[in-house]
Amino acid sequence: MSVALPSAEATRRPRLRVDPFVLLAAPGLLYLAILFALPLAILLFRSFQASDGTFSIAGYIAFFSDPHNLSVTWRTLKVAILSTLLCLVLAYPTAFALARARGIVQSLILVAMVLPLSVGVIVKAFSWSIVLRSDGIVNQTLLALGLVEAPVRLLFTETALVIGSANVFLPFMVLPIYAVVRQIDPELSPAAASLGAGPFFRFFQVVLPLTLPGVIAGVAFVFSLAISMYVIPSLLVGERLSTMSMLIARSFLFFRDAQLGSTISAILLLMAVIVVLGSSYLVRHVSGGRA
Amino acid sequence: MTRVDRAALAASWAIAALVVIYLMTPLVITVIVSFTSSTVYTLPPPDWSLRWYERLGRRSGLMDAVVLSLNLAVVSTVISLVIGTAAALAVARGRFAGREAIATFVVSPLMMPGLVVGVALLQFFRELGLRDAYVSLLLAHVVITLPYVMRTLLAALTVFDFSLIDAARTLGLTYPKAVLKVLVPNLAPAFLTAGLFAFLASMDNYPISIFLTDARNKTLPIKMLQYLEETPDPTIAAISTGLILMALIALMIGARIVGLNRMIQG
Repeated sequence: MSVALPSAEATRRPRLRVDPFVLLAAPGLLYLAILFALPLAILLFRSFQASDGTFSIAGYIAFFSDPHNLSVTWRTLKVAILSTLLCLVLAYPTAFALARARGIVQSLILVAMVLPLSVGVIVKAFSWSIVLRSDGIVNQTLLALGLVEAPVRLLFTETALVIGSANVFLPFMVLPIYAVVRQIDPELSPAAASLGAGPFFRFFQVVLPLTLPGVIAGVAFVFSLAISMYVIPSLLVGERLSTMSMLIARSFLFFRDAQLGSTISAILLLMAVIVVLGSSYLVRHVSGGRA
Repeated sequence: MTRVDRAALAASWAIAALVVIYLMTPLVITVIVSFTSSTVYTLPPPDWSLRWYERLGRRSGLMDAVVLSLNLAVVSTVISLVIGTAAALAVARGRFAGREAIATFVVSPLMMPGLVVGVALLQFFRELGLRDAYVSLLLAHVVITLPYVMRTLLAALTVFDFSLIDAARTLGLTYPKAVLKVLVPNLAPAFLTAGLFAFLASMDNYPISIFLTDARNKTLPIKMLQYLEETPDPTIAAISTGLILMALIALMIGARIVGLNRMIQG
């Protein structure tokens, strides 16, 4: 339990009375319990069922003994980690710049964060496929600058997937970090400096710990989006370099192999659940009761 | 400021500039491509034309998809605003145990793999015998939009000073009146932000919808991806430019009413 929310003991109501606020939460909770948690639980349960209904982990054994599936899983994780890292490296300084920016510059950065959300993943991924083509802008620029002699293959590579996905997820990293950066007292760092703290000490001992809740929230969100992305890889790398989501879609929509599809779904779901629970634990841990 | 501080500051501005360019690139490309005269995506375009905009009206299937997506987005956002605000209020003001778990749970659909949620819902609806694609899509889109409302409203309610309502009551207002005159105006920016993000999430959803559509009920993202795979011409760029323009107008209105900074806080 966080300390910021008033604790149950703080109220002087008789114990057995139901808090009327529970009723307010009921519609939303029931909705998600029935139309979100229950279907996912059934799917998870089914993945441990053989065709005759008995308990079995045959689906998982089959999944993990196929080297193709293992390479897809590894690629999914690798691309998600790289994409998350690229977002973090770009977003962290941007959040500080945004917190310092005023007037038109601030508006410009904010619009750049929000406007791309209106365009949709499909259009953005498709634009990147135009940009990264062998005769696209990137290659034209590289050739014109004499950096390369022949067009570099970018499209249908993992590099393209990282560039395209980090582009789509970047605002989701900047915004939570910005939310904590703007709350840091601007006098804090000068104060530490006046006490003799050097710039590196100030960053690692004062600024970084204060921004950690935002960083964890951003990393968890972007990573969970990146492991489950479907539209971006199908437009940028196609079938050649499948990700777990593409494998799920293919098993259900084309192969009609529900067993394989359910197994991968369950694995991906477990990963996402671990990210959600782990990040909410970590945020509480690092904020030490402040959040 | 030491030299290291100044260098760090300069670097942060440089990276922010890079980020703005990086984020705007796909939008700029889309707008340019929509005005090309060519059927392929050569950049820069050989000549300018409006032919892809003229074709938009004739693509009746595309317009049906726009209407269905707008319909789903508006209805699911409204439902989410009602039940999501109630849940956020319960978590922010209630005194019962497990409120934090409730907050995490209601926001969690945001982080669950869309395709998996789609598959799970498809199997669930089949078992219930629900065959209506529109109803299936709507039920699913509330799951998509609800987390945005919860997240934004909870953040707004946590910083709202509820003693203001008591103050208003001491000044002679009844409780419902105090809520209406003090709480609701204070929450207006949060409603706007939550509504906007929920609406956009619903409009853009592909992975959940793909499992729940039928031949007659195709949402815009599904139609667009299908179209890109079949006839990849700049019509898609033209429709996207229209969406960018709409979003820009919505942002300008939002910025005037609540300010950009408050809009993205949630």
